[in-house]
Amino acid sequence: MDFLNAIIVLFNFTVIPALAYGSQLALGAIFVTLIYAVLRFANFATGDMMSFGTMFAVILTYYFQSLGFGLGFLPTALLTIPFAIFMMILYMLIIDKFVFSYYRIKKSPPVQFAMVSVGVMFVTQALIRIIIGPSDRRFLDGEKFIIKATEFKEMTGLAEGITLKSTQAITIIVTLIVVSIMFWFLNRTKTGTSMRAYSDNEDLALLSGIDPKRVVLITWVIAGILATIGGVLYGLDKSYRPFVYFNNMLPIFAAAIVGGIGNPFGAFLGGYVIAFAEIFVTYAYKRFISYLLPEHLEPDSLLQLLSTDYKFAVSFSILVIVLLIRPSGIFKGKVI
Amino acid sequence: MRNYKNVIAAYSIMIFLIILVGIFQSWSIALTILNYCLISAVMTIGANIQWGYAGLINFGIMGYTALGGLAVVLVSVEPVKKAWQVGGLNILACIWIIVAIIFVVKFILNRFDKSKLRNYSVASVILGGIILLRVTAAPGIEAIESVDPAKTGFLGGMGLPVLFSWIFGALLAGSLAFVIGKIALGLRADYLAIATLLIAEIIVSIIKHEEWLARGVKNVIGLKRPAPYEIDLQTSEWFINLVTKFNSSKLNLINSISDKQEALNQMVIDASSVYVKLCFTGLFLTVVIILLIVTQKALYSPWGRKMRAIRDNEEAASAMGKNIVKEHLLIFILGSAIVGLAGAMMVTNDGLFTPGSYRPMRYTFVIWVMVIVGGTGNNFGAILGGFVVWFLWVEAAPIALFLINLFTSHLPETNAVRVHLIESAPYFRFLVIGIGLLLIMRYRPQGIIPEKIIKQ
Repeated sequence: MDFLNAIIVLFNFTVIPALAYGSQLALGAIFVTLIYAVLRFANFATGDMMSFGTMFAVILTYYFQSLGFGLGFLPTALLTIPFAIFMMILYMLIIDKFVFSYYRIKKSPPVQFAMVSVGVMFVTQALIRIIIGPSDRRFLDGEKFIIKATEFKEMTGLAEGITLKSTQAITIIVTLIVVSIMFWFLNRTKTGTSMRAYSDNEDLALLSGIDPKRVVLITWVIAGILATIGGVLYGLDKSYRPFVYFNNMLPIFAAAIVGGIGNPFGAFLGGYVIAFAEIFVTYAYKRFISYLLPEHLEPDSLLQLLSTDYKFAVSFSILVIVLLIRPSGIFKGKVI
Repeated sequence: MRNYKNVIAAYSIMIFLIILVGIFQSWSIALTILNYCLISAVMTIGANIQWGYAGLINFGIMGYTALGGLAVVLVSVEPVKKAWQVGGLNILACIWIIVAIIFVVKFILNRFDKSKLRNYSVASVILGGIILLRVTAAPGIEAIESVDPAKTGFLGGMGLPVLFSWIFGALLAGSLAFVIGKIALGLRADYLAIATLLIAEIIVSIIKHEEWLARGVKNVIGLKRPAPYEIDLQTSEWFINLVTKFNSSKLNLINSISDKQEALNQMVIDASSVYVKLCFTGLFLTVVIILLIVTQKALYSPWGRKMRAIRDNEEAASAMGKNIVKEHLLIFILGSAIVGLAGAMMVTNDGLFTPGSYRPMRYTFVIWVMVIVGGTGNNFGAILGGFVVWFLWVEAAPIALFLINLFTSHLPETNAVRVHLIESAPYFRFLVIGIGLLLIMRYRPQGIIPEKIIKQ
């Protein structure tokens, strides 16, 4: 019985949150990696673009709520995602048309692209703050929990309970659906194949009649979908605050590089690697151990490897280690 | 001389703008802006050495700035004797443990050939060392942090004059850059940018959360100054006489003695803050001029030509027998040390150390915008970029407010759009900086004052 309790403690406080957080990171990381693979630059505006998409979802959620629309036990934000995605893609295409395409035609070095994306980051951040303001917003409605700890305890008679927030379940399910559709698209359809060909060797792809404009357009469309969904899921789970999204860009970059930049599947797994590492290293194992050990051996300290203040530092350290040992990432991405 | 015409013109416009602020807002604000412009100029000189001379992209400027600020605390604050008594031994032991770990790892790496066993033993040494560190440090840290936590709760510094901290800050940042350079400099440009950005974030989070070191997010206030304090000035005889002399014509217009005294008091208070800021301006200007002379000499020396050769064609330079790895590391250290110096100057100017305020937006990306806008590879350009961008960063909000009021003046006071726009005026600075950067990148990628190659 104690063993079961220990497992449930670990499951409740590490595995479920890590799966949800990892899914949000994974969506962002695939976004980074796609842009890197097809358009060939590190997009420093990632976090703010996700924030921009989420902003529309937040505004529309408030609007729908005022109209009385809703999805019952599901959050209204899910209903707004398609509209938000549309606005996001529109914004991305405008940015691409007026900013990035010039440098793509000129074949500028990646560093110049990165600096331009910093400019886009500033502009996007300004627009977000001017439109919606910098304050903290919660836009979750509907049912909050799927399983409550007390219900679980009553059901099973165990001393520890499992809490499953509806946002966590939605995050994991939506991520799996989106990512599987995307992989199906990239690997099985003709357009997806042409995208991969363009990413592999631009000249050969052009030679075989692939339209570069179409590839770029579709990349931005997929990027817009991923960015908005990732951002909305994160906002539902925690809360929407523009500044936090900018900070989230850093673990997202870490996930993309750890998985092997330019490799979508690597980025997907990289998200979970980073999330699990962050949570496992900063979790206090005292309660877990106390179930496993006999009573007189119970530990005094929290048994925490690092305090939760260093959550971000953990993911960055993993990145540094990966860059040192295997710069191309876990799954071979573009060689550095 | 003709070549310098646009440089002189650009700087004159900048000085004119600052004087305008002095006339329209107040001289105190103008001097504050000028001081920050000078500090930004030092930072851009550091970033320009790395990016303009050698083509190294360093997004870790925030980390070095924070280290420079930490140096001010470590050097100038009086040591907390009680904290040293209760926990100093543990901290010193930890330093020895870190040194021992480094030596053991080095020994293993040098002594044995590359193998799986070697990797595992290095990893286990590091892991064991970290556990040992935690066990040693934990009681010491707890004891130190419980010494009068409202006021101290940290080890304090060395109690030296604050100007020493500028040198110490540069040394600290330079030595960190050595470690980071060893790790990350082999990476391709955009990876280097991401890696340095993340490493800087690690440094700041350590400074934020290790409260025994510099009180972390609880901030250190009341740092020493290399300039006199306003309160002392206001009571000293010579300063009051000086103010009276300057304003004698204005004071003579006032007839009653009590009114005169009141007016004089107000003038003394205003003048004391301006005087203190002028002292800082003098100090900063000296630093900027010294750095400018040194970097300018370096740029046109054989060493500077070598750096440009490496930047423009690494393979050719390497074929000529130049050691690229070594030169890159050297320039990475030099640039970072200058940024560390700027960080120390900034904390000295503010008189307080607030680790929570170090954000990549303000301390990394804005500095980069300064370098790009001003002109990469040209020191005059980089400094001008520091001035222009900082000026815009500060003055964008008031200008935006003015424009919003102008364009919405036909709307009623309570109009929702107008109220919303006025509330969000501070965020227009991001818009101005972002659009400015994009325009410069597009239409004048070499910056306002482009790089000049002098053929000798």
